Amino acid sequence: MTRTLLAIVLVLLLGGAARAERLIVSVSNHRVTVTPNYSGEELVLFGSVERDATTPADRTAYDLVVTVRGPRADMVTRRKERTFGIWINTDYRQFLQVPSYLALFANRPFDAITSPEIARRQQIGLNNVLLTQRVGGDYADVVPNDAFRSAFIRLRTQRGLYREDPSAVTFLTPTLFRTGIPLPGEVPIGTYEIEIKLFANGAFIGKTETAFEIVKVGFEQFVATTARHNGLLYGLATVAMALMTGWMASIVFRKD
Amino acid sequence: MQLYLPIADLPVNVFLVLAMGAAVGFVSGMFGIGGGFLMTPLLIFIGITPAVAVASVASHIAASSFSGALSYWRRRAIDPALASVLLCGGVTGTTLGVWAFTQLRALGQLDLMIALSYVVLLTTVGSLMFSEGLRALMRTRRGALPPRRSHNWIHGLPLKMRFKRSKIYLSVIPVVVVGIVIGFIGAIMGIGGGFILVPIMIYLLRVPTSTVIGTSMVLTLVTMLFATMLHAVTNHLVDAVLALILMVGGVTGAQFGARAGQKIRGEQLRLLLGLLILSVGIRFAIELVIQPSDLFTIRELGVSG
Repeated sequence: MTRTLLAIVLVLLLGGAARAERLIVSVSNHRVTVTPNYSGEELVLFGSVERDATTPADRTAYDLVVTVRGPRADMVTRRKERTFGIWINTDYRQFLQVPSYLALFANRPFDAITSPEIARRQQIGLNNVLLTQRVGGDYADVVPNDAFRSAFIRLRTQRGLYREDPSAVTFLTPTLFRTGIPLPGEVPIGTYEIEIKLFANGAFIGKTETAFEIVKVGFEQFVATTARHNGLLYGLATVAMALMTGWMASIVFRKD
Repeated sequence: MQLYLPIADLPVNVFLVLAMGAAVGFVSGMFGIGGGFLMTPLLIFIGITPAVAVASVASHIAASSFSGALSYWRRRAIDPALASVLLCGGVTGTTLGVWAFTQLRALGQLDLMIALSYVVLLTTVGSLMFSEGLRALMRTRRGALPPRRSHNWIHGLPLKMRFKRSKIYLSVIPVVVVGIVIGFIGAIMGIGGGFILVPIMIYLLRVPTSTVIGTSMVLTLVTMLFATMLHAVTNHLVDAVLALILMVGGVTGAQFGARAGQKIRGEQLRLLLGLLILSVGIRFAIELVIQPSDLFTIRELGVSG
């Protein structure tokens, strides 16, 4: 309790000084293109902590937490139960507008960076990220050890779409840092927000944001948009393709 | 070589999918069936969602049955009249099937329905075919003649019509009903239905073996073309890139399969096919009964923004 209070006081005290540091960041590629041979990619985020005259002289050790959020989507987590001897989906929870990709990176363990209270408020760590669920008529996040919530995070993590790595951020000098952002092959298409939060001595002292986008280009883009917007034409083209392939095969293999 | 599938939204190995297409094509050419009941589970196994797999396999079956139907047409082994009556039912059944597919998908029970229909259908048809093949094999061992086919209740139904090329006189009612049933399950399960249609036509409708495979291929072709169109228009789930790779592998494999099939005797072929269908059915049954390694599944309801 006292620790929490102390932390809050510290935040309030340092609140005015929060603009003392400036974060300057950039991603290696702001536009990731999905081409026919796309099978995942790794982006690099680098940046530096700019100090100015108002920065307290004793503040030299910084901690960083980088949060990458993919395009948001509604998702349903279903649980199978044994009914009449077979396993079928029974109970389910709907997650509303949750990130389809979520990565949290830091330079050291989250609990070493800041207090649990601040971590919760700043959504540091997969356990603290807000994942809104529809529970009956209410919209709320639930406790981190909720069965559906933890299953959701576990399944997304298995597919490489959710990840947390408290050692991914490396400081090259006390103020210069970098981190890799791994993107798996089945990564969702859309805009990705990156949020970089700066901590010093356990207190949150500032943040900055940047973004990148993943887009389908050329043929992939063409196929995907045609399928979505011109279903009839797309269907006709697929049908024609099937008939052509079948006809060609019967010609090629006719003689023998 | 990795290739990114634009609708399934994931990269796959081209050679793996080609090989799968060729292997299934070989089996389908050998037994004169579409092979969808093998292809769809294989695609699901490599990580493609059941919905996309079912929708894309439809166009693959259309391609292989078209090349098959063409060669049967040249041999005059297709009964156009019988095919047209079957198609009336087939098109209706497919429309109903795609509608049911959309409804089930919204309810979150599509995967279960697909699995359940596989179990019921494949184990039933598989064991029937297997036991029939076994009996036929024993008969030929003993040197006995096959039992004479007698007429059944189906031949007492009204609205009779003469099918010239098949040399049968039959009511159109059972033919349309068979078409509806095959079209419906075909659209839901992503199969052509040839492996069910052929036995039904032989044992129930008494269609002679000379026209049965060619005619059933016409039904498969049209229902699958229709299913492709409906899936493309309503669910936007047909992955044309995936379908093309499957088609190329499939039609090639089918040619070699057909040649291999001619070297095997009819009863043995039926026995083998029965065994194959039965084992796929049992595999699905086991999956439903044993506890899954993960009780939870996630489904995305569409990305916004």
